[in-house]
Amino acid sequence: MDQSANSTLLSVNNIEVIYDHVILVLKGVSLGVPEGQIVALLGANGAGKTTTLKAVSNLLSAERGEVTKGSIEFRGTRVDRLTPAELVRRGVIQVMEGRHCFEHLTVEENLLTGAFTRKASRTEIRRDLELVYSYFPRLKERRASLAGYTSGGEQQMTAIGRALMARPSMILLDEPSMGLAPQLVEEIFGIVKNLNEKEHVSFLLAEQNVLMALRCADYGYILENGRVMMDGTASDLAGNEDVKEFYLGLSKAGRKSFRDVKHYRRRKRWLA
Amino acid sequence: MTFFFEVLIGGLLAGVMYSLVALGFVLIYKASGVFNFAQGAMVFFAALTFISIVERGMNFWLAIAVTLAVMIALGFAIERVVLRPLVNQPQITLFMATIGLAYFVEGLAQGLWGAQVHAIELPIRDVPFTVAGVNVSQFDLFISGTAAVLVIALALFFNYTGIGRALRAVADDHQAALSIGIPLERIWGIVWAVAGFVALVAGLLWGSRTGVQFALTFTALKALPVLILGGFDSIAGAIVGGLIVGAAEKLAEVYIGSSLGLNIGTGIENWFPYALAILFLLVRPEGLFGEKRIERV
Repeated sequence: MDQSANSTLLSVNNIEVIYDHVILVLKGVSLGVPEGQIVALLGANGAGKTTTLKAVSNLLSAERGEVTKGSIEFRGTRVDRLTPAELVRRGVIQVMEGRHCFEHLTVEENLLTGAFTRKASRTEIRRDLELVYSYFPRLKERRASLAGYTSGGEQQMTAIGRALMARPSMILLDEPSMGLAPQLVEEIFGIVKNLNEKEHVSFLLAEQNVLMALRCADYGYILENGRVMMDGTASDLAGNEDVKEFYLGLSKAGRKSFRDVKHYRRRKRWLA
Repeated sequence: MTFFFEVLIGGLLAGVMYSLVALGFVLIYKASGVFNFAQGAMVFFAALTFISIVERGMNFWLAIAVTLAVMIALGFAIERVVLRPLVNQPQITLFMATIGLAYFVEGLAQGLWGAQVHAIELPIRDVPFTVAGVNVSQFDLFISGTAAVLVIALALFFNYTGIGRALRAVADDHQAALSIGIPLERIWGIVWAVAGFVALVAGLLWGSRTGVQFALTFTALKALPVLILGGFDSIAGAIVGGLIVGAAEKLAEVYIGSSLGLNIGTGIENWFPYALAILFLLVRPEGLFGEKRIERV
């Protein structure tokens, strides 16, 4: 994979994140997202995926978290002191875990809020709205319903569509599969891939659903306990024996009992 | 029957005055989830500032403009100095902060302008006229008109402008609003400024009715039953709640009071709205127009 400076959109260099001045969550995470690619950030609960995304989008300060070491660069300039609004204006936007739609606004109003930072004309906004509807036809049908009354899948689509309305070059997508039926997860990932190819939006994608994420992404990083344990192209990772065993529940002997995997994994962690 | 209508209409029109104060609460509560106990103090501050500069010889309309500027500055300052450092603190902390703020704003007003009672003369004649045998106060009618214009303007602002939409978005979910690049501080500043503007309107009207005095701060307390009836987060609720409270307290004073053999003026109207509010809390705790919590099952 080409990681040279000119094609790297986002680079995170050895960052450390501390919550409430004492809790060390990220212990030196480095990663890069090349222009036009989908990069997956994988790992279990509490590994630090969400924290990494929030460190990039600068939503940490709202939760008393702080980047204490390292740097974050977007298109070669440091962005770790910018407000989320300034970052959105530069083209980086986050879709938060759990969708976070504005429940009492209609689906269309939700989408329109995404364009808040832009100084665009009405016709331009209209056109982008139609573009979002072309990727998510279901949202067009439900445009006038309150977002709070739409299904989980529709809310996830609303959240992604809302981010698209900011015309981002990069979306930080946190756990889009959460709480959705497998079929819907498939649909959402399909749309993400589609957006990446046709609209040239790069993605940094945090996921627990490793199988789905690796199928969609170009490159992947595996986080454990606030550190990057492994990284590689999506196909390398998907073929890696440890990844298969720890994250996909597969091994040479075929499917293993969940209990055995857990036991083995715990022992291996102690040794590490 | 004529007498009944006179009491009813008088009550409804007086209720609009409560609505005006309640409106200030609703705005801030809706956008930031803060119950601003200092709204009454802001009403007092606005009225006292206005009348004091008028008494120092300033033109009426210019004084309104100056006071408006002062209230907007005060709104932005409160957001900047008091609330911004308290972001992400529990609701009760914010509430306590606004109680402190209420005393500070009262003190500031009196420190600046003194504590005497002033009278405001609005350029409206307070002469009742008669419609179908019912006496209607011209002054009260003017107040209702003002309130109506204010409400329509706010409703249009909230529903059809980008900033209004952002305000509602922030009210729904701070974090999500932040994540899509809506600057929370600016939005909250705007809300406080608008609340300052509403406080000015309420202050002028209340001040001309009761005189500008310290007791104006207690109008905040009269807004409480209005909010409980109408719903804390609904502009329409503030209006309807105000009308109900106004009408109910006057009717109670005249009819319940007299049927109990009490003299008019024994003060049923002082506690009746609260009794009504308690009943409402039992039956419909979110108020008539309050947003129901959306819960998907």
